[in-house]
Amino acid sequence: MASVVESKKACAVNPLKMSQPLGASFAFLGLDACMPVMHGSQGCTSFGLVLLVRHFKEAIPLQTTAMNEVTSILGGYDNIEAALLNIRKRAAPRVIAICSTGLTETKGDDVDGYIVTVRKRKPELDDTEIIYVSTPDYVGGFEDGYSHAVTAIVKTLVKPLPVNARQVTLLPGSHLAPADIDELREIIEAFGLSCIVLPDISGSLDGHIAPDWRGTTLGGTTLEQIRAAGASALTLGVGEQTREAAEALQNIAGTPLEIFDRLTGLEVNDRLLQRLAQVSGQPVPAKYRRQRSQLLDAMLDGHFYTGGIKVAIAAEPDLLLAVGSLLHEMGAELHCCVSTTKSASHARLPATTVILGDLEDFERSAADCDLLITHSHGRQAAERLNKPLLRIGFPVFDRIGNAHRCQVGYRGTMALIFEIANLMIAQIGHHHATDWPLTPEALRAASAVAQAKPDQIQASARYQETVAAASA
Amino acid sequence: MSVSLKAKIAEVFEEPGCDKNQGKSEKERKKGCTKQLSPGAAAGGCAFDGAKIALQPIADVAHLVHGPIACEGNSWDNRHSGSSGPQLYRSGFTTDINELDVVYGGEKRLFKSIREIIEKYNPPAVFVYQTCVTALVGDDIEAVCQRATEKFGKPIIPVNAPGFAGPKNLGNKLGAEALLDYVIGTVEPEFTTPYDINIIGEYNLVGELWQVKPLLDALGIRILSCISGDGRYNEVASAHRAKVNMMVCSKSMINIATKMEQRWGIPYFEGSFYGIGDMSDTLRQIAKLLVKQGAPDDLLDRTERLIEVEEARAWLRIAEYKQRLQGKRVLLITGGVKSWSVVAALQEGGMEIVGTSIKKSTKEDKEKIKEIMGDDAHMIDDMTPREMYNMLRDARADIMLSGGRSQFVALKARMPWLDINQERYHPYGGYEGMVELVREIDRAIYNPVWQQVRIPAPWGDDGETLGAVLPSAQPMDYLTEVAAKSIGLTPEEVPS
Repeated sequence: MASVVESKKACAVNPLKMSQPLGASFAFLGLDACMPVMHGSQGCTSFGLVLLVRHFKEAIPLQTTAMNEVTSILGGYDNIEAALLNIRKRAAPRVIAICSTGLTETKGDDVDGYIVTVRKRKPELDDTEIIYVSTPDYVGGFEDGYSHAVTAIVKTLVKPLPVNARQVTLLPGSHLAPADIDELREIIEAFGLSCIVLPDISGSLDGHIAPDWRGTTLGGTTLEQIRAAGASALTLGVGEQTREAAEALQNIAGTPLEIFDRLTGLEVNDRLLQRLAQVSGQPVPAKYRRQRSQLLDAMLDGHFYTGGIKVAIAAEPDLLLAVGSLLHEMGAELHCCVSTTKSASHARLPATTVILGDLEDFERSAADCDLLITHSHGRQAAERLNKPLLRIGFPVFDRIGNAHRCQVGYRGTMALIFEIANLMIAQIGHHHATDWPLTPEALRAASAVAQAKPDQIQASARYQETVAAASA
Repeated sequence: MSVSLKAKIAEVFEEPGCDKNQGKSEKERKKGCTKQLSPGAAAGGCAFDGAKIALQPIADVAHLVHGPIACEGNSWDNRHSGSSGPQLYRSGFTTDINELDVVYGGEKRLFKSIREIIEKYNPPAVFVYQTCVTALVGDDIEAVCQRATEKFGKPIIPVNAPGFAGPKNLGNKLGAEALLDYVIGTVEPEFTTPYDINIIGEYNLVGELWQVKPLLDALGIRILSCISGDGRYNEVASAHRAKVNMMVCSKSMINIATKMEQRWGIPYFEGSFYGIGDMSDTLRQIAKLLVKQGAPDDLLDRTERLIEVEEARAWLRIAEYKQRLQGKRVLLITGGVKSWSVVAALQEGGMEIVGTSIKKSTKEDKEKIKEIMGDDAHMIDDMTPREMYNMLRDARADIMLSGGRSQFVALKARMPWLDINQERYHPYGGYEGMVELVREIDRAIYNPVWQQVRIPAPWGDDGETLGAVLPSAQPMDYLTEVAAKSIGLTPEEVPS
């Protein structure tokens, strides 16, 4: 429904967007025993690393090919080779996943070709899978990088296999937290289906204490699981951003796909359960029938606080759609929607326009909104505008427990409704005697009362005397 | 890389204020002092990051990053450098270049961006940061800045430190060069006093400068300009009228100090606000140099009296903790100045340093460590996270102090950790800060949570419960010394 307007500014102020390589690295962090590498200068990795650490409060394995000005110009083959060998030696990952950056894309490094050469020259890397995805910083954003990376994983590792009718592949979007993935896996498994999640940050970024220190990711989709995805009977994608990878799976293994543009909200989850019931031939478990009625009640309790409020949301396309649609269904008005890149999701957003812009655009349009929703970088705007801020998406660096916030399924939707409603309840102020002043016009009109007849005034004075005497 | 940038880097490496550098042969000196990075095993920021760290604390200017979204979008508002006034420095400005800019060049977009910023925010100056991609496609930010300065009648300062030029440390110096080339000396202060100083290389992280400023205020010493913590453009621009320069944070901006000495004859000294002894020495040095520069010499006396009062007060407050922290073993994983300035402070608190990392330290830093810790200083050149983890898990250290990125090495080994890098929330400057640091270490080590998180699950890997032993009857076996102490047991009382 919403039309997309691109910000006309030359200068982005207070960026909402983050870069493609960061999104790609995030996807690679969902693979088990993996070391993601950014092919660029060390700052590219350093910035991404700091941001991921601040959000997840977890050790983040992320390496760099440490390009300098000479290698940038002469080409990064030597750095790629050295990085692969060094990582193999120091961390012994099963997968090394490389994404390019603006620097190496500007020069035009042929990393696919480099990898072929390294494979020939260095047999010691034979036991390590290498994945590469092209993600220039100056194209797209976080969500695009993630989407391309998942597709690259599929294209590199998945082969067609005989179909296992009881297995589905779940492709979570980059806006899903570990808790979201856990919730969806639980739902799918409740139908007696087995589920391959790709990529699965619920294994690696869920904040657990591992028995020993590992230089690589501490969990996630294993190589065996990725390869087994070729046997799945169905691919379920969450978010439009998963379509590219789901179609790659279809092309490679012939797996039919179904993309849910969101799984936050009532009706979309009804559809999910219906679909799972069809695939599995099982009835919807009682647990979810009960959760559905709990969600209905939560929506009823919550709508008092969300109905009619004006909301400003800035988020990546799929997250914007998920949260924006839920708020719309709860009676809120999407007054200002800002997003990062183009997406088919925008067309479905129940708002008039989506601005592809930054948090300055957000702040300027949010002045008459009741609630601001964006990532932690919105905190400055919220402070200046003195408005409540709901932190969503990535990065949320000034709150802990981000891995365990669930916003999908009936339960997750309910949790999000409570969060929003409680934020609004906290804004309810006490009314004061002077809150509803009359207009000057009304006061003028009413001044006739002052010209009341003398006997009326007298009566009134006598009344006051009586009251005074009684209270004394 | 442009010729000018190459010359600049060579110049930075020719640092006359660095004794080590002067001891090198011509050939060695050309190589510079930073080790070549090893791909696949590198950490830390790039030159752009370093330049931004050095200059961003100037609070009233707009910091505009000319490059793709990664450079600013992934990094803005990530440091707690405090401002007592303007907040514009916390806004992220970037040209967020796209594919077409890469093909056709981004100079026009940069110029327009500068105009938009001036129209909307009207800052006293705009700092424009070069990045890898825009440097590689040949955008001439110096030319654009010059044109914009003429057009808008405001200083538009180019900061030429693209990421690929080198590591963060080099970027600090390149950022400093921008100040020397375009800012310092361009504005005259409204008035001067015999007590005017500059503080160079202090970034006012979590307001640390404000733990020190009251001391200077009390002595009548004026911070003419702090480069760059809680800085203002005009203050930095008029820094050349100070009587004395203090250089903080090791060598990160030594070029400012040496060049200001050459150009305006301002003497400088190297000081630290970390540690009680160091803080006092710093105050003495400031007073001594100011008097030498013509300030009335009663300043020396007043300084000594202030030091006496402040030291006594700090010691009194630390004494409370010293007994509890005596002999605690600290693993220090940080870089540069903190590899030694914090050491002195911890020793004051009775703690033992079982290792300090020197990966990012200059050769002078290493000398300093030897001076403070003696020849048996455990300098760790390049410790892998696994080695750190093992060291902590085997309880060869009681606490790790490091930056945020390595915190999980300690936390996953279920050992106390304290943040001493830029993402932290506690200020550790001056006498106040040292008491705060000791208090925080005490709070970290003695938090009963360490006892809790070391309780093993009362079941095995198979989920079978482990016999009839109740978990509460058993914790001593795996309690480390620290945890045992935290529940009040002496080492002898801990069952083996």
